[in-house]
Amino acid sequence: MSEKVIIIGGGLAGMSAATALAQLGVSVTLLEKENQLGGHVKNWDRLFPTRRKSDEVLAYFSEHLGKNIDLHLRANIRSISRNGRFTVTLENEVEIKGDAVLIATGYELFDAFRKEEYGYDIYDQVITSAELEGMFRSGEKPLLDGQVPRRIGIVHCVGSRDEKVGNLYCSKVCCVTGVKQAIELREIFPETEIFNFYMDLRMFDRHFEEMYFEAQKEYGINFIRGRVSECAENQDNSIVVKVEDTLTGRPLKITVDLLVLLVGMVPRPETRRIADMLGLPMGDDKFLLPTDEHTKANQTPVEGVFLSGTVKGPGCIAGTVADGRAVAVEIKSFLDKKRTQD
Amino acid sequence: MKNFGYTLQPDRQIDFDRNERRVLDYLKEWEPSVNQCVACGSCTATCSAGQFSDFNIRSVQTFLRRGEVNKLKTEIRKCMFCGKCQLVCPRGVNMRNLILSLHNAIERLGI
Repeated sequence: MSEKVIIIGGGLAGMSAATALAQLGVSVTLLEKENQLGGHVKNWDRLFPTRRKSDEVLAYFSEHLGKNIDLHLRANIRSISRNGRFTVTLENEVEIKGDAVLIATGYELFDAFRKEEYGYDIYDQVITSAELEGMFRSGEKPLLDGQVPRRIGIVHCVGSRDEKVGNLYCSKVCCVTGVKQAIELREIFPETEIFNFYMDLRMFDRHFEEMYFEAQKEYGINFIRGRVSECAENQDNSIVVKVEDTLTGRPLKITVDLLVLLVGMVPRPETRRIADMLGLPMGDDKFLLPTDEHTKANQTPVEGVFLSGTVKGPGCIAGTVADGRAVAVEIKSFLDKKRTQD
Repeated sequence: MKNFGYTLQPDRQIDFDRNERRVLDYLKEWEPSVNQCVACGSCTATCSAGQFSDFNIRSVQTFLRRGEVNKLKTEIRKCMFCGKCQLVCPRGVNMRNLILSLHNAIERLGI
């Protein structure tokens, strides 16, 4: 068969769908704007909840992509038109034709500076969870002027569940990331006290709750229920955190040497541009909407256009991989039906 | 002296940097399950003493972890050691030994 699928986005959702389509014998063109595949996953060191290396997951999909895949790196989309088939024109004038388009453009990280009261980009000792993960990956210890931090605070829900930044939704993965990183910090600095400031701990998936229990029991991580209201810097560069301890109903003040902000997921502005070219609907949260959230979670009202992964809202790796495979089946049956009609 | 009606309010803020940490350190040694609480409140709901007094065994644990020990001294005397809290705890906190160890900690540390 000669049908071709254009996948926009070479992160985990795109890679998962591409491998599944390759297995089904469908030829695929994969477009990635960066100079390598792997999306956000390639910036991780270890994955929750098992703390296996992220590279192992990426290696699996790179291996299974197949040799017949038509891969375009540094591919920036100029326009998409639909006239029976789809034509995607790249900034470098290359034209790609396909019978179906899969949008797997994912998410981007919330800009922590927007929560100015937490002091990101103002105080050096305030970093994001993504920056901390980058340090884990490079093997660099989060030292402060060569000193081991005595106390580290981890702030949950930064940019999520917050009307003040326009994001009412939960980013799903930050809770478990906060617990994972707390454990890893404690392994690097066994004498350092770790405090997680949370509103709820949403340990929704398999082994997550067990990891939380392990963090309390084996690693002595301290959990304080309350959303951090503001941070200020002391003369010695430590950070004073103000929070309500909602379990005692009293305001609480604590000094930490390092503060980690668990930044959530936000939709990509580039996705909006692509969606506008195709006339795709968007939810109140600005992520793209499928035809039906339960029964047609990969389809869109535009025939031949499909969605997969976190372009539809926050999700974790296991869910994204499964969604990539699910969309592959939907695309295959769409192409089969189209061929019999033609 | 004439009373103008002004009073000083005690600070309600928990100052984590200045709080008494020795009791928690003692408890971590004698009853390590102290850190396993998720503040569900099952213990308080079933507590015999809590049905007839303002004793809140869940918040005893929370105050302990925050280093607010002065409050604990009077509170833990209200426990009758019936052990029902331990039967309902979903996280396996050994509540009876926790309260007993608290009595010991306060006595030994001279708080």
